Amino acid sequence: MKPPPFAYARAESLEHALTLLDEAGEDAKVLAGGQSLVPLLAYRLARPTHLIDIGRLPGLDTMRSDDTGLVVGGLVRHHELERSAVLTGPWQVLREAAGLIGHHPIRIRGTFAGSLAHADPAAELPVAATALDASFTVRSTGGDRVIPAAEFFVGPFMTVLEPAEIVVDGRFPAPPAGLRSAFAEFSPRAGDFAFVAVAVAVALDDGGRVRHARIVLGCVGALPLRAGEAEDELMGSALTEQAIDAAARAAAAGCDPVDGPHASATFRRELVAVLVGRTLRRLREDHP
Amino acid sequence: MTWIGEDDSAAVDVVVNGRPTAMRVPARRTLADALRDDGLTGTHLGCEHGVCGACTVLLDGRPVRSCLTLAVQAEGADVETVEGMAEGPELHVLQRAFHENGALQCGFCTPGFLMLALGLLRAEPEAPPERVREVLTSNLCRCTGGGPIVQAVLAAQRELAGDVA
Repeated sequence: MKPPPFAYARAESLEHALTLLDEAGEDAKVLAGGQSLVPLLAYRLARPTHLIDIGRLPGLDTMRSDDTGLVVGGLVRHHELERSAVLTGPWQVLREAAGLIGHHPIRIRGTFAGSLAHADPAAELPVAATALDASFTVRSTGGDRVIPAAEFFVGPFMTVLEPAEIVVDGRFPAPPAGLRSAFAEFSPRAGDFAFVAVAVAVALDDGGRVRHARIVLGCVGALPLRAGEAEDELMGSALTEQAIDAAARAAAAGCDPVDGPHASATFRRELVAVLVGRTLRRLREDHP
Repeated sequence: MTWIGEDDSAAVDVVVNGRPTAMRVPARRTLADALRDDGLTGTHLGCEHGVCGACTVLLDGRPVRSCLTLAVQAEGADVETVEGMAEGPELHVLQRAFHENGALQCGFCTPGFLMLALGLLRAEPEAPPERVREVLTSNLCRCTGGGPIVQAVLAAQRELAGDVA
């Protein structure tokens, strides 16, 4: 349970980190908080030749929000999201998701971009970010790319990130007026990987009818899954019990979770329905 | 800074329990192992992959898993371990509360729980009981169960707040 040998360098700036990453070749890894990477090293599931430590680079650890939306720096720690006064209303889902990542000491070190780049199918932030139509800025010595969340994740622990790229920030577009969002998950014990995670964002029009809906599921597939049919059930409805039940059933019917030793596919699908319903009802309470 | 090769050692300067300490470690050495190699064996290693929390130390005042932190990542940081809690023969309030509340049996998880609780009570001295409980779920105890540990931390919290009744 000890990490295998690797060469290590602590970057002094983002530019320095990108240069080191170029030098190190394609079996290098970026180390930020290390809360996912170090366990992989301990298990020898990852054997990078080089680690480039960006954990304390200045400038990547801030959040800002204005009329154009919200930008979350790649090195913002989960516990900062969890306790942020900015992340309410439309952004509430980020705060709630961050508070459910691992345990308190993990959240103190773990980083926003680290969770995205690691792309664990059971991770909370990819699901929450997808529900807010986020894009991620990734940088290499060749320049920047801005990649929508829907294109960023391509499989379990797989993203479109190139070896020489670093996730710099997450960009959340200005939300539709009145957007409210929330997150829920079920895990067997506090802090364990969830069986099912759900991120929901809805906005109502002046008449109290849903005019924007995002329902995204985690842990039921290789990547965050948008429950499009469930969203369709909500659109135009007044978040009535019938509409919520229909959306919950559609979300459950539209996913294909795998059978596992701790949770059967049937159980996970039932959890999807329960969590989608419960989260929508909670958001309805916020819309008096 | 240039590369530290996989067979090389890096100089890491940290302050451990108030004492400036120069370590020489390979890059792959975890902070937990570096501390233990330095004679501070109060930090225990249970699972070595971030699940059990026995290795919890304070890094710049905040509880972290020292098995998930490389020693090189602690460069320039302030590290506190269980050895720094008592003042001579005088137990820290938390240590005494663990003793008085039966919050330890075999003691293997105790240093981690003490550092976790110390970090919490310092950052959030008024943490409500449900928050204390939630943070204490971070670590595993296989003897007492969580109840006495929660009781001990709440008792220490009251004492630290000056409410000794």
